[in-house]
Amino acid sequence: MVEFFEQHFNFWIYVILMMIGLWAVIAKNNLIKKLIGLSIFQTAIILFYVSLGVKENSTIPILDHHAPAAEVSADPHHNDEPSETGNHGELHPKAGHENDHHADAHVGAHAVEPDTMANPLPHVLMLTAIVVGVATLGVALALAQLIYKEFGTLEENEVLEIIKGGEAND
Amino acid sequence: MLSKVFATIAVVITGGLLLYGVMDFPAFGDPHSPPNAGVKGGGESISQYFITQTYRDTKVPNIVTAVLADYRGYDTMFETVVIFAAGMAIFAILRVVGDNNDPTKKELSSDDALSQKGDHNRIIIGTTCRIIIPIVQLFGLYVVAHGHHSPGGGFQGGVLLGSSFILLALSQNLNAALRRFSEKNYFTLAATGILIYAGFGVACQILEKNFLDYGVLQKVLFTDGPEMARSHSMLGVEVGVAFTVTAIMFSIYANLSSRGTLKDGL
Amino acid sequence: MTDQLPAIIVLTPMFGAILVSLLGNRDHRICFPIVLVSLLISLGASFGAAQEVFSTGAINYFMGGWEKPLGIGIQLRIDALNALVLLVIGSVSILTAFFSIRRIGEKNTEKTPQFYVLYLLLCSGLFGITIAADAFNLFVLIEVSSLTSYGLVAMGSSRRGTHAAFNYVIMGTVGASFYLIGVGYLYMKTGTLNMMDIRSILQSNVDIANSNAVTIAFLFILVGIWIKMAFFPLNGWLPNAYSYCPSSSACILAPLMTKVSVYVMLRVMISVFGLEWIFSHAQWSELVVWLAVIAILAGSIFALAQREIKKMLCYLIVAEVGYMVGGAWLADAEWWGLTGTIYHIIADAAMTLCLFLAAGIFVRRFNAVEISDLEGLFKKAPWTSVGFVIGGLAMIGVPPTCGFYSKFYLIRGGIDAGHWQFVAALLISSLVNAVLFFRIFEIAHFGNKPAEGHDHSHDANADEAPARQEAPLNALIPLLVSAAAILLIGLFNGQIVELIRVALEDFSTLALNLR
Repeated sequence: MVEFFEQHFNFWIYVILMMIGLWAVIAKNNLIKKLIGLSIFQTAIILFYVSLGVKENSTIPILDHHAPAAEVSADPHHNDEPSETGNHGELHPKAGHENDHHADAHVGAHAVEPDTMANPLPHVLMLTAIVVGVATLGVALALAQLIYKEFGTLEENEVLEIIKGGEAND
Repeated sequence: MLSKVFATIAVVITGGLLLYGVMDFPAFGDPHSPPNAGVKGGGESISQYFITQTYRDTKVPNIVTAVLADYRGYDTMFETVVIFAAGMAIFAILRVVGDNNDPTKKELSSDDALSQKGDHNRIIIGTTCRIIIPIVQLFGLYVVAHGHHSPGGGFQGGVLLGSSFILLALSQNLNAALRRFSEKNYFTLAATGILIYAGFGVACQILEKNFLDYGVLQKVLFTDGPEMARSHSMLGVEVGVAFTVTAIMFSIYANLSSRGTLKDGL
Repeated sequence: MTDQLPAIIVLTPMFGAILVSLLGNRDHRICFPIVLVSLLISLGASFGAAQEVFSTGAINYFMGGWEKPLGIGIQLRIDALNALVLLVIGSVSILTAFFSIRRIGEKNTEKTPQFYVLYLLLCSGLFGITIAADAFNLFVLIEVSSLTSYGLVAMGSSRRGTHAAFNYVIMGTVGASFYLIGVGYLYMKTGTLNMMDIRSILQSNVDIANSNAVTIAFLFILVGIWIKMAFFPLNGWLPNAYSYCPSSSACILAPLMTKVSVYVMLRVMISVFGLEWIFSHAQWSELVVWLAVIAILAGSIFALAQREIKKMLCYLIVAEVGYMVGGAWLADAEWWGLTGTIYHIIADAAMTLCLFLAAGIFVRRFNAVEISDLEGLFKKAPWTSVGFVIGGLAMIGVPPTCGFYSKFYLIRGGIDAGHWQFVAALLISSLVNAVLFFRIFEIAHFGNKPAEGHDHSHDANADEAPARQEAPLNALIPLLVSAAAILLIGLFNGQIVELIRVALEDFSTLALNLR
């Protein structure tokens, strides 16, 4: 049971966050608070996915062009250099320019151990999911504004009462 | 009260089921978990392919951008469509159309925002933002263009560009921003962005390959190999994405802050 | 060219939407031709694809040309199952497009271009959902169609519509998020997102297939899709959303959204997890069939209690969804239940389209929102009545309408599987529908209180020929076409079921070894 918690503590945290969000969506009365809950729920899912791709001692999935020429064995120092600082001088390794494609293939294949880089696929998926979440939030907020304009209140129970009152008058 | 009880029960059950599913997950950070290293019965691991072969296929060092714009470009295109649809939906829901279509011609002349009475704070904010906004835009353009080498790309740069306009609207007033980026313009820009993205794809189809198969564009882009064609096309589609995101971010702000009238913002 | 058909089907409406948004604001009259042309191209391409699929075999299409290794690119796949659904989507969208034409000057026409943009993007999303073969791509397309449908529902000017749309947004997003969680769990155990790949991994690795995570993944994907298809008791959003939205939106959303969600459930069951794995847990089948029975009864009873026409039709949709879910989970030996469900997707789309078109005409022409407003309808608008009556008879299940045949196959499956409660629920629901519709037919024919019919003779020409207020042609023709489709789908049920059985054969390594 302890390893269940210890090795998967990230999943525990994200599931708890998701449930906080979901609780707010169902239980809260105010429409904006429901939306906040929805946001929390979606964000927790995004964090969950990103944590699927984590590897121990890995760096971000951006290739560093300081990678030395093909034949040298996987260079340990290239694990520690943060790849986002842009030292992009050495685009072509020392193998010579006439073998461009060939040499670059070596840059790709030899200098990169898959275990040194985080899994890029969840990042890609979550970029999409974030955008989708923003779009949905925008539409929901527009609807909330419209509800306020028409009903004068943002509390769900009051809105339902006004609707029922309106129906009784029909 | 009843809804809170019901919510608690529902949440406990759902959370319990989710954690039950987590029980046989690989440990956090395991480099040999199925997403990271594949599974015996399946094919080659996708993520390992991405990490090792992306540079060879596309000459783009940022693997995430390469996967986003090339391997999974179809998803990204529909993501852009989602943003566009959201902008359209907010317009359709909220916008009050009628005879107030040209807010910029109202008496509240925007440039005098700085000289409104009693609003001395606005001078500081207004002037500071006037200096910052071009820098933000420049940075936004940098983020779009540099997406191949550093974290960045169309969405991130587009949001920065859109927020520069929002900053203008916040620091002065909405009319100032709308004068520079009117409603007609931003919807046209948004549609153009998607047209650029889909245009790249259709160009590939015209050249007898599948949609978004950029390698075949080497004939049109005059590169000496499909890899550089992919790299350049990725930049092209990212620009398209940035256009759409910029326009729609600002349009969402404009509609939401003015409650659909586009007259006075926040 | 035929190998580009999948891309053409999905992308043409999207291009149409861009064109409408660029050109529509200048002149609203250009919107409808663009809509029509793009949907016709998609429908034509769907026909082409269906022909190819039924003669040669499934069409696989890899976006970006990334075919090997499987899963790095996004795959689209048209096989026998979704070829039929594509045709349904294409036809329904064209008919509703005709219905939605408004003359300039009618209220709420300023946002016509935006309506058509959202309409075309919805169609593009639905086509995309149907042919997606990648689990995450399916999520993105579900969101495309959901977002556009939120916009379409909220566009009306009714107060209750706004609140209904808000609830729809929240429930729809929660549903899509559940689906996403499920896909995440599946990805964690299999390492791939391609549906075919997931299936082969689950088939070859028994320990993965039996793990908790995969079971939970299936559960969450299923619940997410159930929210989307308004399976009782997750249907809270549907009655209000479809009753208070503009008629044109209701006519495109009601027939399609729930049916495409049912198709997604079938696709996940058949192509991702595989029917053997699902039905090896036999108790699930029992449970879901009971849930379906409850859904059918609840939908029918609530429908009986409604006074408003559209609300009543919405609860009938809930009951129909119950038929389809129950049919899919019957697990009878020869898969008649599953056949019935797939046939019912096609049949129910036609029936719902016909009834909602009629309801839309009632609202627009006669301002008739409640059932009691329909008095004397048969005399005032005979052709509209013909369409409405055919739709009603199909719901009841009278031969030769398609409703009879879908019930027939479902009942056959229920008897084979021994789920007598399902058979009973189907029969009870037919009875309830008969009560409902004959009550409406009576009001429409005789008027509410026949005795007072004589009072109308104060008007000179009341008794003999009440003012003919036939529906406008652009609304009447889609109604009659859909009514004709109901009859044709019923008459040709043999051929259609043939095609469906062909589709199921591809997936049945299963079938007969299961019992």
